Amino acid sequence: MAGQSIVLRNNQPVALTEIPRLSLDAFRAWTVSQVEAGKRLAVLCCFPQIHGFLLCAVLADDANGWLELAGAEAAQEFPSLTPQCVQAQLFEREIFETYGLRPVDHPWLKPVRFPCASHHPNHKIGEMDYFQVEGPEVHEVAVGPVHAGVIEPGHFRFQCHGERVFHLEISLGYQHRGVMQALLQASESQRRHLMETAAGDATAGHTTAYCNALDALAGRQAPARAHAIRGIALEFERIACHIGDLGAMAGDVGFLPTQAYCGRIRGAALNMTAAICGNRFSRGLIRPGGVAYDLDDAIIRHLLERLEAVRADAVSAIELLWITPSVLERFERTGVVSKEIAEEIGLVGPAARACGLNRDVRHDFARGIYQFQQIPIASVESGDVYGRAMVRWLELLRSMTFVREMLLALPDSKIMSEPGAMKPESIVVSLVEGWRGEICHIAVTDAQGELSGYKIIDPSFHNWFGLACALRDEAISDFPLCNKSFNLSYCGFDL
Amino acid sequence: MLFEILKARFQQGHQTTAYPAGPPPQLSERFAGMPAIERSACHSCDGICAGLCPSRAIQRDAAGAVALDMGRCLFCNECAEACPKDAIRFTSQYQLAAAKREDLITDGVNADARLALNERAARLYGRSFALRVVSAGGCGACEADVNVLTTLTWDIGRFGLHYAASPRHADGLLLIGPVPENMAFAVKETYDAIPAPKFVIAVGACAISGGMYADHPECHAGRRPIIPIDLHIPGCPPHPLTILDGLLRFLGRISEE
Repeated sequence: MAGQSIVLRNNQPVALTEIPRLSLDAFRAWTVSQVEAGKRLAVLCCFPQIHGFLLCAVLADDANGWLELAGAEAAQEFPSLTPQCVQAQLFEREIFETYGLRPVDHPWLKPVRFPCASHHPNHKIGEMDYFQVEGPEVHEVAVGPVHAGVIEPGHFRFQCHGERVFHLEISLGYQHRGVMQALLQASESQRRHLMETAAGDATAGHTTAYCNALDALAGRQAPARAHAIRGIALEFERIACHIGDLGAMAGDVGFLPTQAYCGRIRGAALNMTAAICGNRFSRGLIRPGGVAYDLDDAIIRHLLERLEAVRADAVSAIELLWITPSVLERFERTGVVSKEIAEEIGLVGPAARACGLNRDVRHDFARGIYQFQQIPIASVESGDVYGRAMVRWLELLRSMTFVREMLLALPDSKIMSEPGAMKPESIVVSLVEGWRGEICHIAVTDAQGELSGYKIIDPSFHNWFGLACALRDEAISDFPLCNKSFNLSYCGFDL
Repeated sequence: MLFEILKARFQQGHQTTAYPAGPPPQLSERFAGMPAIERSACHSCDGICAGLCPSRAIQRDAAGAVALDMGRCLFCNECAEACPKDAIRFTSQYQLAAAKREDLITDGVNADARLALNERAARLYGRSFALRVVSAGGCGACEADVNVLTTLTWDIGRFGLHYAASPRHADGLLLIGPVPENMAFAVKETYDAIPAPKFVIAVGACAISGGMYADHPECHAGRRPIIPIDLHIPGCPPHPLTILDGLLRFLGRISEE
């Protein structure tokens, strides 16, 4: 395969000229063969050039911890990868909707986000052809965009036979705020705030991915202490969200003790982040070159105390789930995604690890503090709601141990490195394991070393389709439970 | 199993805050609340803060005096970090809500927590207020801190406040997010479905002014509002205490200072 792609590490910048430019057919053949060989399509995207577009595919080789990048130049269309490679289907729809670059022979080019400047002829939100099942007694249930709870908007359509779901179609775009369009015109500080709210419950994840990408392009290394604090913020985010979701899953099966306790404990976890930077969602903490807030001895002592209290409360609240038959009965064998399906559609994060796929950026593509302090991967085989709940529980225990070790042995250094100019005409891929899974950012610079292209892929982009698969042949009444076991981001998808 | 549940109940203890009858929960020492601006220091300054502010929340008058629009402010502290005269700082005052949009534009000196009161709302819904929460472009942070008010730390049910699952059961709408074009119709429909008299609470910089998204062609909040707003609760996101305090003041449930 020599010459067809370039091998990269996470956060390793390369000159744009080093990306092999394949013919469109060779690009498709190479990408399809790599995915067939077991690699994962982390990104398929395109960047506008002076003439036409540069298509880029990034394949993740999780086992070896490297990325392979290949490119192809396209003018108006390219042969669709989707008929041979399911993982490409959403990326190709996004490319067409955003740039009008048509994937020829794509089976169904549905809208993705319904942006104002869409290349679809009809782009009014929600107006599209939906998947439909016909037959006697088959009926359709449409839900959203506004849901009954305090959650983000999205539209779900179920094709049902009685209670049984044949198919769930998830149609999003209601949260589309124009993040990607605004990024390139924004100042550095504005860009960072856009990253912080790209998916606001994964602020540390997206901001770390952004800052790691910029640092790599500028050839600057955040000091060790800053990497440790970024890691602590990232794990606090994971701890808070996993606790909150386990509580909400308990609520969805009507087990109120764990629901009531976890809602409160989640807040206590968010307050630990606030002790570092004043904001419960780590806003303003992570910046290019390092972090903005240091931890003094008093804060470290405070955090260690709070962490122990959160651990004790979380253990007492969440372990009730595993000994309560009425909970287990609802969790087990509900919303199953098989390992084969998970692999085929390219699931990431806890949803993938619940299907027995051992993929975790902190392990496979370790950067920053994770190069020095390893977190064991938590995975189970069952692929059901129980599996996703158990993976989250194991992860949050391990994250708490990790944070404790970090706090007890925080590297002694500055928290901000010297600024540097970004390399011109370069590209970098930046992966971070957010609490939902792999957050991927790609940054491209122009001849002046300014950002000329940027791409954000939230883990939800890969995983929404997994939720649809989990609902196949399930009872429609289990949808809230299945949904919460994934708890994907609407705004991180819609951007 | 019953024994385990009782043991857990004992471990979790009593967690509901005594606020507002007692003291509020302790906030982080680094919490950024109501800004305080020493305007006399601004006259001989070229105003680096205004250009730096990511959401353009800082305005300067002809004499150079600075006012901060809390409706746009992200409370990110970058202006305070950059101010060469140390004239801007963010205090620990968490009472930030205001009924009138213009009352959010402040130097912090004349800030008055009573500005959140709506006498009509207090009269109608002071003892029971059901809100339909709509996220329209919210990033998930305001949603989390609105939702957390139902947990046992804050327990808004104590005040007769609750979030309704249908607009038909609501007395008002709690709006989150910059209202993207793709949600404009749904926000209007939800608002229309709430029986009058009704009130709208905007939580967070996005819902009040568009925040970071104010100038995006995709977003409505601020420049092209879809629905009228009766209470503004600033922040990115506002602390749960700020939200609860704003709601209680709006309904006249906290009056003494």
